[in-house]
Amino acid sequence: MEDKDKKIESLHLKLIPYFEKYGILLLLVLMILVMHILQPDVFLSWRNVTNVFKQISWQSMLALGVFMVIVTAGIDLSVGSIMMLSLMILAVVAKAGAPWFIVVLTPLIAGFLCGLFNGLGITLLRMPHPFIMTLGTLYIFRGAGNLISGGTPISGFTDEVRYLGHGRIDLQWLGLEKSQYLPVSLVLIAIVYIIFWIFLNKSKTGKWIYAIGGNPNAARASGINVNKILIIVYSLCGFLSGIGALILAGRTDSGYPNAGLQSELDAIAACIIGGASFFGGRGTVLGVFAGVMIMGILRNGLNLMDVSSFWQQVLIGSIIVLAVYIDVLRRDIGTRK
Amino acid sequence: MSSTSNPLLEAKGITKYFGTITALENVNLKVHAGECLGVVGDNGAGKSTLMKVLSGLYKPSAGSLFFQGKEKILESPRDSQNLGLEMVYQDLALAGNLPIGENIFLGREPTKNLGFIKLLDFNKIKELTNAHLDKLKINVKSADQKVEELSGGQRQAVAIARSTAFNAKVVIMDEPTAALAIKEVGKVLDLINSLKKTGVGVIVISHRMDDIFTVCDRVMALFQGTNFAEASLSNTSRDEVIGWIMGKK
Repeated sequence: MEDKDKKIESLHLKLIPYFEKYGILLLLVLMILVMHILQPDVFLSWRNVTNVFKQISWQSMLALGVFMVIVTAGIDLSVGSIMMLSLMILAVVAKAGAPWFIVVLTPLIAGFLCGLFNGLGITLLRMPHPFIMTLGTLYIFRGAGNLISGGTPISGFTDEVRYLGHGRIDLQWLGLEKSQYLPVSLVLIAIVYIIFWIFLNKSKTGKWIYAIGGNPNAARASGINVNKILIIVYSLCGFLSGIGALILAGRTDSGYPNAGLQSELDAIAACIIGGASFFGGRGTVLGVFAGVMIMGILRNGLNLMDVSSFWQQVLIGSIIVLAVYIDVLRRDIGTRK
Repeated sequence: MSSTSNPLLEAKGITKYFGTITALENVNLKVHAGECLGVVGDNGAGKSTLMKVLSGLYKPSAGSLFFQGKEKILESPRDSQNLGLEMVYQDLALAGNLPIGENIFLGREPTKNLGFIKLLDFNKIKELTNAHLDKLKINVKSADQKVEELSGGQRQAVAIARSTAFNAKVVIMDEPTAALAIKEVGKVLDLINSLKKTGVGVIVISHRMDDIFTVCDRVMALFQGTNFAEASLSNTSRDEVIGWIMGKK
């Protein structure tokens, strides 16, 4: 009897990590299958698949940034506003006639500095929770974006500036048709996600980010400079929002006041659906990617079927609650109390 | 264990004020290689403050620390760690979401170079962890097991393993058995005994007379921030030590 229990227990121990890591991918594959059955002609067509990736391109940057913050048991509500401010700065600089290589750098630098501002505020001003600091900067950055642009859209960028968001990689040399191109934004997502996967899983700093989320006191007692790591995390989150702004500039060819409105909530939702825990220290880059994809496919699929966007909101909300309930169950099984 | 040899760690005349409050006044402490010193005292007697001075978390207002006969000034916990002075905190200070090995090496992870970037060397972490756990006779299923999956006693063992992974010469333990089930207490006390055998000096802060009388060679009592009494274990009794805690000789 005891032997049998032990066997079951060790099977649990072996399976739980895999479920934690890849369970969300299972859900993603299931969704793709369902959508394919419902829309067999359209859903998996080249055009629609690249469309999904183009639609999620900038959200995936925001979600990755917010994910790192959530791993430290923090939150960043300002990513949408950082993206909007970076986009507006890009637009103003582009309209002023700056060369393209300066224009493409501006949102990255602006995003990084906004994130640095968040990080310094949280650590130096000793805010009781990052929620408060980033709630403040959610208003500050969007207001600043409207101040510098006068609250009106600024349109028309050069092709170099639009390349990351709008560029196409021709695949005709592979014998494919002209319409079967690869969006540059898809390649960018892959590169950025791989870099951050290596950073979070294989570097000391990445390990310390997880340790801070697991137990900040343990990190401090181990000689880790917790505040420094937090500042790095929020700065990188801002930087990724800046990349998001550059992609959005390419996609829409315009800086507009409502850019990224409420997209911080989409980013948080993607992290939560992807298995990141609000308690910190838990979640994977692959999971965030799956979370972003699930939200993108849901929106795309429901659009294809002409389902009202109100239903999309209801469904995404339901998936968040379900995903977190699974997280709760997982904690019950996986940890001793 | 002989008291004639030079002590590993010696604190002389440690005084610590917090504003107008005197937390410690002219406190002396020493511990030798392979010896276990028990520190007892009532709440507020100054035990924790003294340990924080020894670990470099607080700077003493007066007094000096000698490590292997040389005077040392500790600016931060990093300084004390570099000397081989390690602390096991009462709340254990482990990250539950990380595996045992990564907890033991947290903040001091071995890396390997891949071109110009430094990546964590997971194989080495696992190798060193297994060797170290074996040396301390700590049994866990695997070094990859997450700390949150461990029992209280196993966690305490991991915390002790971490404190000794980098050639510690003195290990300071704050209430090492306070949160443990009875059968786990014995394992932790065994671990302290095996540390002593490897020549480590151990300082144990404890409320539990059983712990003190099982592992310690000497016991000292603090009372209202001062040295109150001290004796080798063979020259005292439980009742006497309990009396010291309450300020009676």
